[in-house]
Amino acid sequence: MAARVRALETILTKKGLIDPAAIDVIVDTYETKVGPRNGARVVAKAWSDPQFADWLKRDATAAIASLGYTGRQGEHMQAVFNTDETYNLVVCTLCSCYPWSVLGLPPVWYKAPPYRSRAVIDPRGVLAEFGVTLADDRKVRVWDSTAELRYLVVPQRPTGTDGWSEEKLADLVTRDSMIGTGLAREVA
Amino acid sequence: MNGPHDLGGQMGFGPVAPEKDEPYFHAEWEKRALGVTLTAGAMGAWNIDESRHARESLHPADYYASSYYEIWIKALETLLKRHNFVTANDLAAGDAVDPSAMPKRVLKAENVPAVLAKGGPCDRPVEGSARFAVGQRVRARNFHPTGHTRLPRYARGKEGVIDAVRDGFVFPDSNAPGQGENPQRVYTVVFSGGELWGAGADPTLTVSIDAWESYLEPA
Repeated sequence: MAARVRALETILTKKGLIDPAAIDVIVDTYETKVGPRNGARVVAKAWSDPQFADWLKRDATAAIASLGYTGRQGEHMQAVFNTDETYNLVVCTLCSCYPWSVLGLPPVWYKAPPYRSRAVIDPRGVLAEFGVTLADDRKVRVWDSTAELRYLVVPQRPTGTDGWSEEKLADLVTRDSMIGTGLAREVA
Repeated sequence: MNGPHDLGGQMGFGPVAPEKDEPYFHAEWEKRALGVTLTAGAMGAWNIDESRHARESLHPADYYASSYYEIWIKALETLLKRHNFVTANDLAAGDAVDPSAMPKRVLKAENVPAVLAKGGPCDRPVEGSARFAVGQRVRARNFHPTGHTRLPRYARGKEGVIDAVRDGFVFPDSNAPGQGENPQRVYTVVFSGGELWGAGADPTLTVSIDAWESYLEPA
């Protein structure tokens, strides 16, 4: 596959259809600039600022854009909040839809058949493989991203974090906690 | 189409096996695959729905045996040939031997940040009032088009409740084959686990899909 991709890049470059330097910029963007740290800042702000949390609930696209996170695969955002009653999990059964603007590129497992097939029929079984066990009576809501809305899970704020700065809170917000396959880090 | 991509509820793929501290890319070629796919898409010859359809049109045996970046590259070759940018001769030679169609535009490195930051919004104004309201019971239509659709098989014929009325969005079923955007309203429809999966379903489970208006009928 390495040779096949290299050949394709060569053909397209020689024909003047693509700029290989543009590929370098794209790769650098998603390796170093756009990643789950963006989403973690959104969540930390929602934990700290009730007005922002309310805005995020009503118009996630605008609220997230106010922090500077916009663009490809984040054009139409919806934030879903975990509560004591309901736990949210995001999947794309049909392809690999994922909120790039706040989480970056999706992990391999998110795009692969085991997760895509089972998240909608056996979410608790899937969660167990991530080390997450929910109470038997907790409602599980699975969001299948079948259109152009992209979902960001807002995990519950860990206890023992009263008065923490947004920066410090953001360190507790893992990528998986914003997909729904994990929880925010507990405070020791 | 009832293709290999429509995975919801399928069985036999084994555990998820999440990777610890997973890198963004597992090989150098994956970086180039991402970049070639995005820069080629930026020529503007096809839309995202056509590219999704090209991926799901891989032979099922090929689709399941391929990693996601492999799926992207195989579909990209199809798109490039379909739109006369690349020929079978080019691919066989691994070099540019035949002439190419003219692209609408070429994405230059200096424009990448602005293009990525802008994205490609696909909400569109739609006329008239929404056919369905929040709380209304609806049924996902039972249909099996041979072309592109975003209504997953597991929801077809199933009864659910409108959870949210969204904006109008480009309709993938007509946009993929180049028959126009024909925007429709989208609805978030929530189904109970029991409705989707029958006896033995997780009683605490609900699953929602985002469905274009014509995918739905009153229940």
